[in-house]
Amino acid sequence: MLRQASRLISRSVTAASSKSVTARAFSTELPSTIDSTFVESWKKVAPNMDPPRTPSSFMKPRPSTASSIPTKLTVNFVLPYASELSGKEVDMVIIPATTGQMGVLPGHVPTIAELKPGIMSVHEGTDIKKYFVSSGFAFLHANSVADIIAVEAVPLENIDASQVQKGLVEFTQKLASASTDLEKAEAQIGVEVHSAMNAALSG
Amino acid sequence: MASTAAVPFWRAAGMTYITYSNICANLVRNCLKEPFKAEALNREKVHFSLSKWAGGKPEKPTLRSDTPGV
Repeated sequence: MLRQASRLISRSVTAASSKSVTARAFSTELPSTIDSTFVESWKKVAPNMDPPRTPSSFMKPRPSTASSIPTKLTVNFVLPYASELSGKEVDMVIIPATTGQMGVLPGHVPTIAELKPGIMSVHEGTDIKKYFVSSGFAFLHANSVADIIAVEAVPLENIDASQVQKGLVEFTQKLASASTDLEKAEAQIGVEVHSAMNAALSG
Repeated sequence: MASTAAVPFWRAAGMTYITYSNICANLVRNCLKEPFKAEALNREKVHFSLSKWAGGKPEKPTLRSDTPGV
């Protein structure tokens, strides 16, 4: 907690000076960073009414970061229609970020990563579970909780290799014959997704 | 603060992230093996009617439905 304090104090000072008065520090700090100039101007205008509450005052405080790195990573893997993994404790997760395959261990730096079509693998002891993810985001928090959201995620066994080959050929042709920017973009997406599935099946 | 980060090709072509993500998801769904493919396509069926309003009155509605006859 003390480790955070100096960072938070210096952050709120720079925030107040460089941004507008509505910049807020973490909600754990809320009592001390309620905007006093706003509250005073409010009291002048409407002395009998309480100052309005802001959304951050309703939020639960940010979970504190453990002082020692936890041994396990807690993974929440959700899809729009199902919660694949909920609060599962694992050793490592490898996510297909746009910047490349990213290995996430407990104590990973807080990160928000956009995912590209690719394989996500969840490692628990000797157990490795692989999913092909169509796209999504991964939020890695300071307290070793990873929230991974994807639109579609399927186990590799459920993918039909012949369909993938057909799709790859079809979209490569479309890419060659595309005229407008939008058609080119769609064909390019098709080529990327099918190549990723191909690589996933053969890798 | 300059935002000169390279934009992804789909953003440069005028597509939003949601459109890109949905296209990727559809492509993956189309490449599934049989029972899973039918389940996935069934799950994604939509049925809605949309009408724009002008002058306080709804104009002709557009119906988008994957369950014809309903």
